[in-house]
Amino acid sequence: MGLPMVLLTRKIEFSASHFYHNPNLSAEENNLIFGKCNNPHGHGHNYTLEVTVAGEPDPVTGMVLDLKELKEILEREVMKRMDHRHLNYEVPELAGQIPTCENIARVIWQLLEPHITKGKLHRIRLYESPDLFADCYRNGANAAGMD
Amino acid sequence: MNTDALQVELGRRYRFAASHRLHSPHLSEEENYRVFGKCNNPYGHGHNYVLEVSLSGKIDPATGMIANLADLDAFVERHVLEELDHRSLNEDVAVFRDMVPTTENLCIEIFNRLQCFPHAKLERVRIQETANNSFEFAGNREENHS
Repeated sequence: MGLPMVLLTRKIEFSASHFYHNPNLSAEENNLIFGKCNNPHGHGHNYTLEVTVAGEPDPVTGMVLDLKELKEILEREVMKRMDHRHLNYEVPELAGQIPTCENIARVIWQLLEPHITKGKLHRIRLYESPDLFADCYRNGANAAGMD
Repeated sequence: MNTDALQVELGRRYRFAASHRLHSPHLSEEENYRVFGKCNNPYGHGHNYVLEVSLSGKIDPATGMIANLADLDAFVERHVLEELDHRSLNEDVAVFRDMVPTTENLCIEIFNRLQCFPHAKLERVRIQETANNSFEFAGNREENHS
């Protein structure tokens, strides 16, 4: 048995605009599926991202990973790319995808995972509003917490 | 290289207000009061419940969605909110005529009602009874493998 596994979560907020439109569908179909989110002028949200890292606290520092390091990763990978941006036009990783909460969360996971080298990326939760969010995790982990 | 597949879940919150009284017909007056305390008040009391529904499934490349929110909202409205919002759980919801309407039991009841949502897999329901108390149910573990 190793040291006890601990979850650490950091929260950041960013603001961005988007709209939903699939060019392979007709105007009527787009309107039917996406409703007011289909407005071509776009609309915006204050997104809240919670990033949870799992790991054993380092015996010397007592940390799973240094929060300053995590903060820098989030700044570089998420804030610089997405904060005060238009998600349809300005984020190459989302090109060709509808920028739904599910897809943005998946892209953020892919951006962050290779950089979390101390501990392991356990879960991210992206809130588009207080009542709508997407969770991302690897199968086998549990979105509700440690199983 | 992590070979586990990446799982994405869609989470949606709904709010409803309802009253309940915790009381078991199998217990005496004294036992009911001892077990349930002020929640046993015969006139009942209410909460602003927050229901959190989590769904998993493939993200449809055409829509970017696990499930269309309009479908989910309409389903939850029809199967849960219409019957529970601004009601007495004890008096107005048939299943709670014979079962104590604790939020544990409410989680199981709502999970059972939402399990037949046709567009994605219901992973779990979580209910906040108050800002300090919340409950979750993810179905019976043995059945989760299907």
